[in-house]
This record gives sequence, structure tokens and C-alpha cells, in this order.
Amino acid sequence: MTVSTSSGYVVFDKVEKTYDGRVLVVKSLDLTVARGEFLTMLGPSGSGKTTTLMMLAGFETATGGDIYLDGSKINHIPPHKRGLGMVFQNYALFPHMTIAENVAFPLRVRNINKADAEAKVRKALDMVQMSDLGGRKPAQLSGGQQQRIALARALVFEPKLLLMDEPLGALDKQLREHMQYEIKRLHETLGITVVYVTHDQSEALTMSDRIAVFNDGRIQQLATPDELYEKPQNSFVAQFIGENNQLRGIVKDISGGRARVEIGNSDVIEALAIQAESGKPTIVSVRPERVEIEPMSSDIAATGRIEEVIYLGDHIRIRMNVFGNSEFIVKVRNGSGRRGFAVGEEVKIGWSLQDCRALDV
Amino acid sequence: MKKWNGKLMLLGAVGTLAMSVAAAEAAQLTVISWGGAYTKSQTEAYQKPWMAKTGNTIVSADYNGGLAEVKAQVESKNVTWDVVDVETSEAISGCNDGLFEKIDASKLPKGDNGASPMDDFVPGAITDCAISTIAYANVFGYDSTKFAGDKPTKVADFFDLKKFPGKRGLKKEAKVNLEMALMADGVAAADVYKVLATKEGVDRAFKKLETIKGSIVWWEAGAQPPQLLASGEVTMTTAYNGRLFTPAVTENKPFVIVWDGQQQVFDTWAIPKGSKNKDLALDFIAFSTSTKPLADQARYIPYGPARKSSAPLVGKFQDDKTDMAPHMPTNPANMGNAIVQDVKFWADHYDELNERFVSWIGK
Amino acid sequence: MHSTFDQKALTRQLAAAERRNKVKAFLLVLPLLLFVLASFIVPIASLVWQGGYSDTFANALPETSKLLGAWDARSPVSEDLVKSFVTELKASKLKDPAIPTRVATVVNREQSGSVSKFKQVMSASDLASPYKEKLSALSSEWDKPDIWRAMKIVAPSFTPRFYFQAVDLRLTAEGDIKPETDENAIHLLLFGRTLMVAALVTLFCALLGFPIAYLLAHAETKTSNMLLIIVLLPFWTSLLVRTTAWIALLQQNGVVNDFLVAIGLIDNDHRLVMMYNMFATLVAMTHVLLPFMILPMFSVMKTIKANLVRAALSLGATPWTAFWQVYFPQTIPGLGAGCLLVFILAVGYYITPALVGGQSGQLISNIIAFHMQKTLNWSLASAIATLLLIGVLLLYWLYNRLVGIDKMKLA
Repeated sequence: MTVSTSSGYVVFDKVEKTYDGRVLVVKSLDLTVARGEFLTMLGPSGSGKTTTLMMLAGFETATGGDIYLDGSKINHIPPHKRGLGMVFQNYALFPHMTIAENVAFPLRVRNINKADAEAKVRKALDMVQMSDLGGRKPAQLSGGQQQRIALARALVFEPKLLLMDEPLGALDKQLREHMQYEIKRLHETLGITVVYVTHDQSEALTMSDRIAVFNDGRIQQLATPDELYEKPQNSFVAQFIGENNQLRGIVKDISGGRARVEIGNSDVIEALAIQAESGKPTIVSVRPERVEIEPMSSDIAATGRIEEVIYLGDHIRIRMNVFGNSEFIVKVRNGSGRRGFAVGEEVKIGWSLQDCRALDV
Repeated sequence: MKKWNGKLMLLGAVGTLAMSVAAAEAAQLTVISWGGAYTKSQTEAYQKPWMAKTGNTIVSADYNGGLAEVKAQVESKNVTWDVVDVETSEAISGCNDGLFEKIDASKLPKGDNGASPMDDFVPGAITDCAISTIAYANVFGYDSTKFAGDKPTKVADFFDLKKFPGKRGLKKEAKVNLEMALMADGVAAADVYKVLATKEGVDRAFKKLETIKGSIVWWEAGAQPPQLLASGEVTMTTAYNGRLFTPAVTENKPFVIVWDGQQQVFDTWAIPKGSKNKDLALDFIAFSTSTKPLADQARYIPYGPARKSSAPLVGKFQDDKTDMAPHMPTNPANMGNAIVQDVKFWADHYDELNERFVSWIGK
Repeated sequence: MHSTFDQKALTRQLAAAERRNKVKAFLLVLPLLLFVLASFIVPIASLVWQGGYSDTFANALPETSKLLGAWDARSPVSEDLVKSFVTELKASKLKDPAIPTRVATVVNREQSGSVSKFKQVMSASDLASPYKEKLSALSSEWDKPDIWRAMKIVAPSFTPRFYFQAVDLRLTAEGDIKPETDENAIHLLLFGRTLMVAALVTLFCALLGFPIAYLLAHAETKTSNMLLIIVLLPFWTSLLVRTTAWIALLQQNGVVNDFLVAIGLIDNDHRLVMMYNMFATLVAMTHVLLPFMILPMFSVMKTIKANLVRAALSLGATPWTAFWQVYFPQTIPGLGAGCLLVFILAVGYYITPALVGGQSGQLISNIIAFHMQKTLNWSLASAIATLLLIGVLLLYWLYNRLVGIDKMKLA
């Protein structure tokens, strides 16, 4: 999917939010969502992602800046006039209405005639494969079923924008993964714009066109999933997305985009200078699966003493001491011809410069 | 009021129960009366001297009249009241129902003038189960500041809303009100009960009451009428004469009593059947209905003593200034148009008339 | 075959294992069970019983009672009946001197003047055969059928007459039912007034209580705790104090009138009449009963998820629609419980209305109290109370049908 940031469908322009007049929970937020895009706001709790979503939905008012939807400012439009579909945490189905009544609710409040409404409800229930359960009450359904109904209800009136607030948080792992694919499928078939909030990085990586990583009221990085994983712009993103080895050190010098970083007392390694300044401390980030054991050749070479070996089926996870850091993890793909590892053994390891990024502290 | 009384009673009951355990040494009597200035007058004239004389103690509690509590105690065989102040009509019906102990009046002390008790008590003061202490009057009073020109003087004025505008306080009971209505309608005092015994008479009484129905504020406890007058809620109200006298004399309230059409009632002491302190109760009754305590009571409240021998001893109010005689219901000047409540009549007609009265006020 | 046998053994084992726990559980609730039985079931049963049973007459005059039953209430009374009446009445005095008057009081309720007629009989010493003539010599009243008819009505121990009386009907000596005379008919009117007052008080409690409960449930913990204390405060003062406070506020020279006069809104000579009328009854009762409405509503509203209303808004419902179609239906179990509670309490209230309501404060419970305390006609009081109880049970049944009692949530 091609994403054009210039034709922003949803635009946040220097949006700020404070609840108590002292602390900003969202700080000067700029964000553009393209039409048809699946954008995920990812971050730990309290990072400002849900507040941002609620400002978009109209349940919270921005205390600074403007929000635009399809070219018009919506700061002061009440939620029920924004025409957005929304799926809530814990589904928020109306317990006193049947499934069909729940799904028909947005049509009823829009005074759509009964025949049309029935057809739409049937279509929406078909879409989430729940057509048989229209007469039941929400309490009679499982969590996964309730989630589908919530989705059908949010989509039945054909909104142009769908907001989802941690919709899968209450489901078990297997169901959650299944639903992720289904949501993704719906997004692709309907071509609807989706803004999705989660704190689950794998969910974000699976579903999104782009991910905005939130921390401390700011977007730390806004990028596609692969870029976010491969090229984290700061140590928070590197740490938050995927697993990450962090080697602390001091930047000795930088030249041609490469930093020479002194780790521990004497060892000096090279890393891409992403956020590094000469003479300042830095964190060198290396993904565990990018480290090779006994490589033929490598940009950076080191020696590690094995502390612990964990067998995980498809791969082996080895914790070792590298440059005095005993939390250094290496993942080795499991294969029939692989060598054995013993605790206390010293092995040569290496990685390429592209996978080694000097980031902020 | 009821609930509050109930609590007090309960408190009293618990108290007396606890005390009765220790009764072997220090005898204790539970005396129930109507509260307020009336109980105070009894405490000063009867209880205190008796306690000083015998060394026993008395626990006092209030109630609002009626026989329900006595009936409940007697029927549950858990009698915690020893002496109760009841009106004669209730003393008689309670006696008939076996709720009270019989009292042999001939064993009461002679009068100070040597007269035998049977001669000394005024007629009607002694019944099988109860000995009268005083006669009080149901009168009506008004707030003199409310009427600039003419003041009410006749019982008919109570029903004259044009001449004397304002709300009227009446006791929520058929007794007194029906007699008053007839007298106001021109029935002579002597004929009141004769008329009231006929259907036409009852209709006539209710018709008269109907003329002021919209302006009536009902009261139930004797302490309410002076409050209603003082708060301006009513301009005129029926009351027990002592209840209006006390605030008028001691607090200079502008309350004026109209004696025309007064209805006298005896208040009596009776002993609930099964009282655990019957002998002590009898001793207390004998003492308190003797000549001097009865006369002493008039020092505190303007109610007429039930013994003839007490009358000459009545002097001044406790402030030592006010002469009590003019404030007594039995004073000849106040007896111009007066009746004594007919106990027999009410024994026959209480149910019938009250039923009709209750349904009348409900409508 | 083998497996069924095993299953039986297993069932037995389970029963044995659970028996101990069952006994323990039963012993734990036993005190409460006994308490409820003694303080609730037994009194109510005796109430219903007493409403239809009164044996004063039949106990004292058993033979007379039988003869009265056989009498057709129209033909002249027989010598046998009169003889039995006089001898049994005289004999009853020997058992307990109070009995003749008690019997007289019971007859007097049907025929005024009977007390003194009975007294004549008791004090007459020369009553002998022929009894009929002797009695007629005492008073011509004994010739008339009225007093005998009254006795025929009160003679049976089991009698529906109190229940009839409770709905303004009278049982005649012939066993017919005729309406109460207009001047004495009051019970139906008061039942109606009581239900109306209770319904109005319930309505006002609901109208006032709903926003307060909403505020309590959705305000911050600190604020809501504070508000809750204010709501509960009236519980900590006695009913009488609260009622008297309303008198002080609403009377002619009361605080409210004084204030209105002081700010010049009303003239001193035209003070508002807010006391001793329906207005005062409704105000005071609403105040006293409000907490019973707020607490169940509060507890239900607290459990309503905030995002339901948000969901409704996001789906395009106006705030008005979202409230009525999504929020309000969720509050019905609490609202229903509150209404039921307030209504039932209001039906039984009589102290407050009697003190502040004047004429209009006369409710059916006042009549019950009146017969309990003044006329000592406990059977009639019981009959009225039983009807009231049946009314409340009907209401409960209706509530169960409409809302479902299992959905009721109290605080």
C-alpha cells in the first residue's frame, strides 16, 4: 500500500493535552494519517497513545493545537457528529440489547429505514461470520464473538475512519492472533482508514502499515514495521520493539556516519552513528538474531563466555558475557547440523556494521 | 410522638427491669404521667415529699394517654408500670377490662378537716380502680396580639372564622370536640350529652365542626397547643387549662384562656394489674391524694384538687405573686357555662363516635 | 452393570462427604432462622389470624353463641337464648370480673349503648325465669332485636367481618354484606390516599435521587465519599428530629417564610401555607426516604461501564439518546429496587404525615395505630394491616414480573 503523507486524511497539528494544567500527557503532537492507511499507536501505558485516540474520537478535548479530519477542523465537533466507528477495550456491547439490536443501533439513531437497516445488519454479521447469533444477548457470547460483534457494530454504518482502542487486550493469545488477521483482512477488503491503539508490539508489527511509537507524550518514531525494527531511531524504540542487546559506552569519535565506541575499559567497536555525539555516552544496540557465532567474517568481532543455554525448539537462546556485559543474548537458529554449546565455553562472535547502531542514552 | 414515647418507655422498661433486681433493698416505683408542667407539678407536690418520707425512689416517664401500653403490659404479663395517671373514662374502661387493680377508697386517709375520704372527695372522683387527684379543664385560648379589636369570649367565637380569622388547634379525638361544637351551636351545657346521644345531635356536632374543618391544625400531645400558639401557626386552640397558664404567667406569653364552655375531666391514679410493687403503689397513691399534697400541687399548676378539704389551702403560684384561685377550673367565676365530661356516655359511645370522627377527619 | 453400581457408591460417598458440611451450614444459619421465625413469621401469622378470629364472645358465652348461630336474626328471640345469655354472663363474672365488660365492649362496636345495657344486667340481682320479661322490664332496648342482632354478628369466633370492615363493608346479622354508611366509610379512601402519597413520594425520590446517585457513582472517590456521607447523614438523626426540623422550616413563622418575607418576595400578611397540608407530607417524606432510593441506584450505577455511553456516542447517538437508550436501561434494577423500597416504606409511614400533614396526613397506617391504641380493636387493626401486607406483596409480585427480583440490587 502506498502511503502519501501529503494528502493527510487525519492530521494532528501541534496537539497538546493536559488534565491538571501542570503536566502535559501529549506534547506538541504532529501526525498525519493517510486515507486507507492502517496506523497503529504503540507505546507503554501512560505514553499518551490512548489520550490521542480519545481526542480524535472527541471524548477528550485538545488543550492546544488542531485536529483535522478529511480537511476540516474537528476540535469542537461532538463525538456523535464525527461519524467515526470505534471499537473499545472490553467491547462495550450494550448488555440489554440483542446482538442484532446492538449492530442495528448506529443505523437506528441515523433513522435508516428498517428494510435497509436489516440488510446492512445481516451483511455486517456475515462479514464477521456471526449471522446465526443475532438473537442472543452479549453475555451469552464468548470474548472473541463479542469482539466480532463490536467490530460489526462499528463498521455497519460504513464510517470512513475506524478507531480501535486495545480491542484484543482481553483475548487469549491464540484468539488474539486469529483476530489480528481477521481485522487486517477486513481493513484490506473495505479499504477503510484505521487508527489502532495497542501496547503489544507483535500485534502492531503484524497489522500496521505504519506504527507511531509513543513514549512520554511524544511520538518517538513513526515508520513502517520493518523500518522500525531494522532502523530504530533511538534506544527506547530499539528496546520497545523486539529484543535488543544494549552495550553502554563512550563515543570516541565519529567519521562518515560511523562512530567508534569504547565499551568497558579498552574494547572499541564500530557502530552506525544514529544518535551519537563525540565524547558523550551512548548505547550500542544489536539484535540477538543478528549476532553470528564463529562467523567466517564480520564487521565487528568479539568473544563471549557462555553463561546459560536455553533450548526453545526453533532456536537456541544463549546468554553470554560480552565486553563485561553478562546479559548479552544470542539467538541461534536450530538445525540438524548445529554444534553443541556448554556453559563456561568461550566462543567467537561477530555481527555486521549495518546491524549495530549507536543510539541515545 | 409515638415512636419517641416508645423509646422512652423502652428505656424506662429496661431501667425498671434492671432496678427491680435491686428492689429488695431500695424500693423503686415507676410512675407514668403526661409530661411537661403537669408532671413537674406532681413531682414537686407528690413524688418528692413521698420519697423524702419513705426513702423509696420514683422513676418518672411520660406517655400520651390511651390504654394500649397498659393493655400490652398486662396481657404479656410483664408489667413495668406501677402507677399511671389516666383520665376517669379510661380508668373506668380499663377497670372494666381488668387492666387495673381495684383500690379500696375507704382505706385512704381522712381529710385534714377529719372528713371521711368518701365524703371528702368531690362526686365522681373515686372509681373502682382509680383515685382522682385533680380536675383539669379543656378550654380554649388565643393569642391576644392577633386580634386587635374584639376578643373572643364565648365558645361560639372559636367557630367564628370571619370575626376571628386564623387557624384553630384541636385535639385529634372525638371527645371534647363534639361537646364543644354543640355548645357553640347553642346547646345548653346541661343538655349536651342528651343531644349527643341522638343521631341528629351527632350530625349537628359534625356539621358545626365542618364549618372550620379547613382551618384546623390537629394536636395530640398536651405540650403542642402552647407551641402552636407561640409559633403563630394557630390563633386559637383548645388546650388543657394548665398548659396555657404556665407560659402566660412564667414567660409572659400573650395567651388568654376563655372559660366559657369549659369541660372538666378528672385525672386519676391507677395501678396496672400485676404491678410488682402494688403495696408501694397504694402507699404512694394514698399519700399523694391526701389533703396537703393535693393543695400543694395547685402551687405549680392551676388544676382543682379532688378533695374538698384541699380547697381552702390553695394559695399562690410558686412565684408567690399570682393568686391561684382565679385560674382554677373550679373557681365559681369560671363555671358559668361548664360541663363535667360524662364518663358513662363515653363508655357507650366512644367506639361509634371515634370511628365516625376518624373517618370525618380523613375526608 | 458394574459401572452403575460404582456410580451409586460414588453418589453415596459424595452425599456422606457433604452431609457434614450441610449440617454445619444449617447450624450456622439456625439462630437467624429462629430469629426470623420468632420476630417476623410468627407475628405476621398472628396478625393474619387475629384479623379473622375474635373469640371474646364465644369464649365467655359458649352456649349463647351456639343459640345465636341458630337464630334467624328476624323472629323474636327465644326464652332459651335469653336465659342462656343471662346465666352465662353472670357466670363469666365469677371466672374473671373483667369478662362481662369485655364482652360488652365487643358488642358495643356493633351496637352503641350496649355497654350500659350489659351493666344493667350485671347489676340486676333478681333475674330469674321468665328471663325475657325480666330483661324487658330492665330496659325496652332488650325487646328490640338490635342488640341481639349485634350479638349474633360478634358471636362466631371465626369471622370475616373485620376484613369486610377494612374495606368499608358491614356484615349484617343475616350474613348479608352491605356498604358502610357514608359518614363512617373511610378505609378505601385512605387506602387510595396512602397509595397516592406513596406513589408521589416514590416519584419525587426517584426524580431527586437519580441525579444524586449519578453524581455519587461517577464523581471522584473523594467527592463521592463526601457526598455519600451527606446522603447518609439523615440516617444518623432520629426520625422525630428530622420531622420536627421540617416543622421549624415550613411553619408560618418558620425559616422559609421568614426568609421569603425578609427578601421581600412575599408580604408579611400573606405568608405561604406550607405546613399541615399535602405539600408538607410530600416534602418531609421525600426527605426521610430519599436515602433508600439513592443507595441502591448508586450501587447499580457504579457497575455500569463508562465506555458504554461513549460507544453509543461514537456510533452516532446524541447524548440524549445515549442516556435514554443505553445508560438508563442499565439503571433499572437499581431504580426498581429503590422505588420498591421507598414505596413499601412510604405505605407504612404514619408518624411523619400525622405530624406535618394535618388533614391530608391521615393515612391508612394512622387508622391501624388508632385501632391499636385508642379503640383497642386489634382485630380490625390486624385486618387492615393484613390487607396492606397483601397489597405490598402484590406489588412485589408485579415487580418480579416486570423487572425480575433476581435483578434487584440493594446497596
